[in-house]
Amino acid sequence: MIEGLNPAFIFLLGALLVPITSGIVRSVIMLSIPVVALIQLYTMGLGVWGQYEFLGLSIEMTRIDPLARVFATIFCIAAFIGTIFALHVKDTIQHFIAVIYMGAALGAVFAGDMITLFVYWELTAISSVFLIWASRTERAYKAGMRYLIIQVSSGVILLGGIILYYQDTGSIAFEYLGLGSLATGVILVAFGIKACFPFLHNWMQDAYPEATVTGTVILSAFTTKLAIYALARAYPGTDILIPIGGVMTVFPIFFAVLENDLRRVLTYSLNNQLGFMVVGIGIGTELSLNGTAAHAFAHILYKSLLFMCMGAVLFRTGTIKASELGGLYKSMPVTTVFCIIGAMSIAAFPLTGGFISKAMIQSAAGDGGMLVIWLVMLFASAGVMDHSGIKIPYFTFFAHDSGKRVKEAPLNMLIAMGIAAFLCIAIGVFPDALYAILPYEPTYHPYTASHVITSLQLLFFAILAFALLIRYKIYPPELRSTNLDFDWFYRVPLKNLMLAIGRLIAIVWAWVSATANDAVQKIITATADTHGYGKVMARTTSSGVAVTIIVAVLGFVVVFFYR
Amino acid sequence: MSVFGFHFAALVVVLPLISAAFSALLRGKNLPWALTTIVSALSFYMSIQLLIEVSANGPLSYEMGSWAPPWGIEYLVDPLSGFMLMIISGVSTGVLLFARESIAKEVPEKQLGMFFSAYLLALAGMLGICITGDAFNIFVFLEIMSLSSYVLIAMGAGNDRRALTAAFQYLIIGSVGATFFLIGVGLLYMMTGTLNIADLASRFSEIEDTRPVRAAVGFLIVGIGIKLALFPFHIWMPNAYTYAPSIVTAFFAGTATKVSVYLFIRFIFTIFGIDFSFGVIQLTDILMPLAVLGFLSMSAVAIFQKNLKRMLAYSSVAQLGYIVLGIALANETGLTASIVHIFNHAIVKTGMFLSVGCMFYVIGSPYLKDLNGIGQRMPITTFGFVLGGIGLIGVPLTPGFISKWYLILAALERGTYVSYALVVAIVFSSLLAVIYIWRVVEVAYFREPPEGSTKTEAPLSMLIPTWIFILGSFYFGIETSINVGFAKAAAAFLYGGQ
Repeated sequence: MIEGLNPAFIFLLGALLVPITSGIVRSVIMLSIPVVALIQLYTMGLGVWGQYEFLGLSIEMTRIDPLARVFATIFCIAAFIGTIFALHVKDTIQHFIAVIYMGAALGAVFAGDMITLFVYWELTAISSVFLIWASRTERAYKAGMRYLIIQVSSGVILLGGIILYYQDTGSIAFEYLGLGSLATGVILVAFGIKACFPFLHNWMQDAYPEATVTGTVILSAFTTKLAIYALARAYPGTDILIPIGGVMTVFPIFFAVLENDLRRVLTYSLNNQLGFMVVGIGIGTELSLNGTAAHAFAHILYKSLLFMCMGAVLFRTGTIKASELGGLYKSMPVTTVFCIIGAMSIAAFPLTGGFISKAMIQSAAGDGGMLVIWLVMLFASAGVMDHSGIKIPYFTFFAHDSGKRVKEAPLNMLIAMGIAAFLCIAIGVFPDALYAILPYEPTYHPYTASHVITSLQLLFFAILAFALLIRYKIYPPELRSTNLDFDWFYRVPLKNLMLAIGRLIAIVWAWVSATANDAVQKIITATADTHGYGKVMARTTSSGVAVTIIVAVLGFVVVFFYR
Repeated sequence: MSVFGFHFAALVVVLPLISAAFSALLRGKNLPWALTTIVSALSFYMSIQLLIEVSANGPLSYEMGSWAPPWGIEYLVDPLSGFMLMIISGVSTGVLLFARESIAKEVPEKQLGMFFSAYLLALAGMLGICITGDAFNIFVFLEIMSLSSYVLIAMGAGNDRRALTAAFQYLIIGSVGATFFLIGVGLLYMMTGTLNIADLASRFSEIEDTRPVRAAVGFLIVGIGIKLALFPFHIWMPNAYTYAPSIVTAFFAGTATKVSVYLFIRFIFTIFGIDFSFGVIQLTDILMPLAVLGFLSMSAVAIFQKNLKRMLAYSSVAQLGYIVLGIALANETGLTASIVHIFNHAIVKTGMFLSVGCMFYVIGSPYLKDLNGIGQRMPITTFGFVLGGIGLIGVPLTPGFISKWYLILAALERGTYVSYALVVAIVFSSLLAVIYIWRVVEVAYFREPPEGSTKTEAPLSMLIPTWIFILGSFYFGIETSINVGFAKAAAAFLYGGQ
């Protein structure tokens, strides 16, 4: 391996080979890129490479420390799985862009200064939008455009923050920033957009479900986790992140239970999972940061797995509406099994990836005596169980039979799902392998009797509730049963209150966004009316008018200078 | 520097001036072009030599006909004028390499001798403005440049008759500007009795409170502002750039208005002095609003244009807003931003206009509606245009980023609330640039080419110069020691040399 070669360059250079090859050769190249990059990552060890001076700024292209390494590792794994899942796709542009996008995300993780970070930050935005556009539908084009505007704006805001920060401190090193000045506040907003902070989140639910079958799988792994990485790097222990993360864990649940498009349900649950990570960063202890890193790791695995399962279903049936699916376990048994493994993992069953990671964050909250956030996360966990753990597999593969008889997913998809499912269970059973690469010394043991029993109680009550409700047909297994929550048993009034709050938030948000939309619309109309083609600012006036303007300005200037 | 090399200061202007007469005598498609290209390349070579000399040994004074200043005319090469000479002759040479095929298609062959004669006169005028140390001499060169540029723009009549009215309007407004300039210089001469710039500068502080001088300053600022296409004096410019032949637009976009910026800097910093310009008459209060309005409003106008050349022309007015803002910020970083943007914008915008020239050569129209699917029909050209656009927007690793970086630093250096508003305005107008470039990308790559269109690229003789500018822009966006280095030296000279 070349000494000091940034693993991200392996992606970016490898991407150049994608358009000029085809068939089996291309498949081999695309599969070997993440493998080679991962080997390179571990042969390099920890350290700093590629330092330059640019405009008097210290650029640091490659910085590998434990935090960067754990994210880089899972990015490589996700890239490998995502590539296998997409092998059947013939569209060269999609392959090329996907590799670029993965490389950009990886490059951002290795960035040791914020200018490098900014460059990769924008590159992920610009490249990923092509995965959305690759659907080649009008909806996808528009959603992609909105996505692009928001993502690029995030980058521009980041750049503004960097400049302010440089003005304040004279440094652009990408290190701990913390809140405390305008600059770091601006940078936090930029990160927050990509991390889907509440009210900055809409781009994700808007755009991800419009991407192609394979595009969504790849998108779901990188962009938001890059933001989580950036937050973990720059804002650990920032208190404001705890309430932000808490809200993120809770509010998507309300939307997820109402949603019919199952890929959109998954993006809401993705948002909710990000909330756990943000809380972990906000707590900022070694345990919670380890938990965040581990949760990001496990989360990428099971969330890709779920997106892949839904992708396979969409690929075979052509729809992803809960109301049109059901009974697919007969025709897609293997996918069903994988989906259940993914669902168990996201619901944090013991012996799955979700269990060993989420518990760390919750324990960290418990250790810190943060009762409220602990309860919020408990509530959110139940919500996850409801909308991802049960809703997704149940409505797709069981429920009432939709009568669809399709083939099992293609072999490459099954292999990709199999690897992800295997890893989900593997890190659940042998957490020490994951713990060994975490940023801090692992001191956590997930498999204590109390942990296992607590979570099993939670889960079994949820399952019991579900089983009873189905058995007695209290909720018909159609859309309305999505309201089923395990806490229905003892918190009906509270739940109603929560739903009411959710509706209230939705109303307020609708008003805010409508007003803002309206204002922007007015500005655009006014601009178009004055600056549009042939309008007053763009018109060629007669020379007489031009000279009149000149003389008027001259008069003003001369008077001004006489003062 | 050799004895002969010392005369470069005169030859760099005189050579194109004299060659213009010879070019008018030459006939055919190739001869006038070849002569002009060689002359321009020689000027470029001499400019580089002068700049190296000045960087090493400080300003270089050349006495015309050995008449000592302030009585004789002095040619003065300092870091700023040396840098300008290099930009002007460099852009001119690059454009000329491109010109042969392009201009032969747009101007009748029997007029080519005259065309290149006017071109050489314009070049001599621009170089002369930058190098001369005499205020009246500046006016003479300004007129040489302007008159020949009216002719060059009118030559576009072969493509579109509207070139004639555009040139006529430019003539009227340009003459007003030149007259104002002359009135200003005349008033200064009346009060000081000298036309030599160094002499003027040294006597200026004694008479700065007199009314004629205040009036002179007003006339000069407005007069140069007109030539510079400072918003709202820009009305002549979009038409002139739209209807001129492709290479004329490319040449002027990179140089003509930049020469006026040079004059602006020269008068404000060297003659009036920083204390007077920004302390006594508070020039910032006049220039900053015009600059900001200019780059916001003109970027917005650019979004709605239907003609690619016209869109780029409005974008140029906006870019001049950035440059003037850098001057108005009244600090050394701001002046560096302005000077470096003179260079960066010259290389980027020339590259883009040359790309449009390639499209015009093949398609025969600069209208967006005729360019559907141009990305498939002319992939190399279009890709070059898009890369240029990225540079214009100011994505990192491009020159536009360097300029905006310094501009934002300079704004923040002022440390008031206005600074933050300026930063927001700069970033916002960059987003407007994203929109107007994106419109082209959408037309080029997302629309189907018309039925029966084939993949035809422009000739290599046009593609290679275009790509030299495009790749050059990226080179200077990454390796900034040349553009930023000279700009910093020039700004430091103007701030320290007082």
